[in-house]
Order: sequence, then C-alpha cells, then structure tokens
Amino acid sequence: MHKKLSREDIARRVAADIPDGYYVNLGIGIPTLIARYLPDDREVILHTENGIVGMGPGDEEAPLDLDLINASKEPVTLIPGSSIADHTDSFAMMRGGHIDLTVLGAFQVSAAGDLANWDTGHPDAIPAVGGAMDLVVGARNVYVTMEHTTRERIPKIVQTCDYPLTGESVVDRIYTDLAIIDITDAGLLVTAMVQGLSFEDLQALTAAPLQLKQQIMRL
Amino acid sequence: MLDKTVADFETAVADVHDGATILIGGFGASAVPTELVCALLEQGARELTIVNNNAGNGPVGLSQLIAAGRVKKMICSFARSSNKLRPNAVAFAEAYRGGRIELECVPQGTMAERMRAAGSGLGPFYTPTSYGTALAEGKETRIEDGVGYVLEHPLKGDFAFIKAQYGDRWGNLTYRYAGRNFGPVMAMAAKTTIAQVDRICPLGQLQPEHIVTSGIFVKRIIEVQRDQHA
Repeated sequence: MHKKLSREDIARRVAADIPDGYYVNLGIGIPTLIARYLPDDREVILHTENGIVGMGPGDEEAPLDLDLINASKEPVTLIPGSSIADHTDSFAMMRGGHIDLTVLGAFQVSAAGDLANWDTGHPDAIPAVGGAMDLVVGARNVYVTMEHTTRERIPKIVQTCDYPLTGESVVDRIYTDLAIIDITDAGLLVTAMVQGLSFEDLQALTAAPLQLKQQIMRL
Repeated sequence: MLDKTVADFETAVADVHDGATILIGGFGASAVPTELVCALLEQGARELTIVNNNAGNGPVGLSQLIAAGRVKKMICSFARSSNKLRPNAVAFAEAYRGGRIELECVPQGTMAERMRAAGSGLGPFYTPTSYGTALAEGKETRIEDGVGYVLEHPLKGDFAFIKAQYGDRWGNLTYRYAGRNFGPVMAMAAKTTIAQVDRICPLGQLQPEHIVTSGIFVKRIIEVQRDQHA
C-alpha cells in the first residue's frame, strides 16, 4: 500500500522548491497553502493580479479592508517593501515574463503541457476566465498542483485534454499527491514518487506515457 | 477657471444615453463606484454595454442595473460568483440563463490592454493570451518567433465610472492600496470619465509625483462623504 500526500504536504513540497528572491503568483486551492510553508530564510515575493507585489497573509484581527484583497477577494496585508500597480502594469508583469513562477490548480494537464483549469465545459457553466490565460502564457515557470486522479480514479494527466484549454504547452512541472513530474521535450519525466508506489502503478493512474528519471526522490 | 467638480450624482450621470458603453471600475468589491452606478439606475438609460471585471459584486449597484433589464451586454473576465457560499453575481446568472443578457468573456489582462490601447490611440494589437483556446476562436492569429498571438481590438467607453481616494477640481486622482486596479486605464479609455472620490482637496495639495491619474483623463469629479479611511 502506497502513501498519498495531503494537500498540505504538496504545498510544503512546492514551497521547499521555490528559490530565494523569486516573484511568485499563487492560484487558488492548494497553491494558496504554499504561502504558509515558505522557508523563513528566503524572501519570496508574492504577486496578486489586482496589483499587489509583496502580499502578506490576511490578518484576522484587522477589520475587512476592501482595498487589501487578493485575486480570490480574500483579505491580505502588505509587507515591508511591497508596491501597488494598476491593472495594466500588473498584467504586464504577468504576460511580460516578470513573474518567475506561478503555481495553479488544474482539471487536466496534457503530455505536452497543455493546461485546462478555467472551464468545466459544462453547458450550464458561465464562462469566467479571470487572469488565468494571461498568467500561463507569461510566467517564466508554470507549476501545477493537483490530485493525481479524480475521486473516481480517472487520470488527470492525459494525452490530450478534453476540458477547454487555458493555454497550450505552458506547464513545466506537476506536483500531485503521488509524484512530481517534469514536462520535457522528450515527454513526462517522473522525478519523485511517494513511498511504496511502483512506477507501473503510477503509470496505470496516468493516461499518457511516463518516463522515469534514473535517480528519483522518494516523497 | 477649470472646475470639474459636480455637486450631485444626478448631474454627474445626466447625459448617459441609451446604448452607451460604460466602463465601471473595481475588482470584486474593491474601488467600486457604487454611488455613480446607483445614480445611473435612477437616471434610466437602457440598452447599456457594461465593461467591468466582474458581473456584479453583491446585490447593490451593477446587480440592480442588470436585474432591472437595463444592461444589454456585459464585457468581463469573471462573470461567475467567486465564492459559492456568498454569491455576488446572482442577477447576472439569472439574466444570462434566461437569455436576457449577452456576455463577452475576455481574459483580464486582455481587457485591461484593450482599454489601454483605446486610451493611447492605438489600433488592434497581438497578445499571446488565449492563443489556442476557445476564447481565440474566430480571431485572427499569427506566429512570431515560434509564439502564437491573437489579434485583439481596442475597447473604448462612452463613459467611465471610477472610484479614487483623493482628487482635486482639475480631476487629478490618487488611489488607496489595491483600489487602484482598473481606475487609471478606464479613465484614459472613455470619452467622459467620471470619478467619485472620498475627498476633493484644494488644488495644489496633492503631491504632483503622487498623482496616479492626471486630470487630463477626467471630465467630472464628485465627492462621496462616507467611506472615509484613516
């Protein structure tokens, strides 16, 4: 029986991989948790699409301030050194390659790094994209955090996405509850797996061919 | 003497015509010019096209305008309620599912840049955002140095309603924290920009290098007494 990483474990794993001095934009869900686990000895500067560069955690003691919110409209604080940009500059930071890393959730990721995370494609769903498409084309690195499969054990890493795309060939790395997978020119390369999981088991839960790095890390 | 100050909201929005395109500032509930939108509700203009990041931010303001059937089309990036527990775009969802309102879903950065293009006198431009997705369908594309781009068109407003923190009678504006959001770009993208501010200061009191939106982009300014921040 193999181990599974919790959402917090996944967030902790990503946080450990973010270098000092990186400008990072975190999406909703597991990515939001990453902010809690950033190592104290590194300065990682968080950006939010509504124009804050240097966002701090929400202060539960303080009264709600509508002018200090993040992309999910949750309360945040400013840290020393923070700055404010308007929407055109904030999206120039995103589209223009100034954000070092974004971490996002996903419905599906394809073998080529196509990302589907904005629309379920359900006929009754109201199309709402927000800043997702701007972020994935522009951030220098795009990491995805997600469960390896759906609750029904349907693989979320696929050959071709069925869900509407957010961007083509944009994802660089996937962190799941079972593995860490880099998207390379040669295909999907597994660099880490949880304890007790065989490569064959992981492949069986993945709908695209995987390759195994020679020396892998055990999570 | 140049004095853009308007005494009451009725006067501020009096000339909004049927069929007008109105850019409304704000992100979520931050820096929403609610008093101007409520004045428009009273004023009665119909068949409006509204450009706003969201399609309502709670029951007051834009949601009322939509519920009253006054909005023909919404141009926005995120028309869904962002929090299922506290839905904030209910009126839009009902009108949309009932086929009573059109929606143009635009990526947020593309929306901002389309307004910047309009305000800066530029024509259509290419952006990599949305290339290869459903939102690029039917649009002209090209590949440059291996990167795919989508042709997008300027987005101009007949009016812009924005909220800033401080202003003066020339229409110079400063913003509070992330309340800046769409204010500066909407101010430049509309023929008539109307700013509501927490306080109108005597001319010369705002530090020139602290002014974010120059009064050159603003036609009318009106003070809202409440909403004072320390």
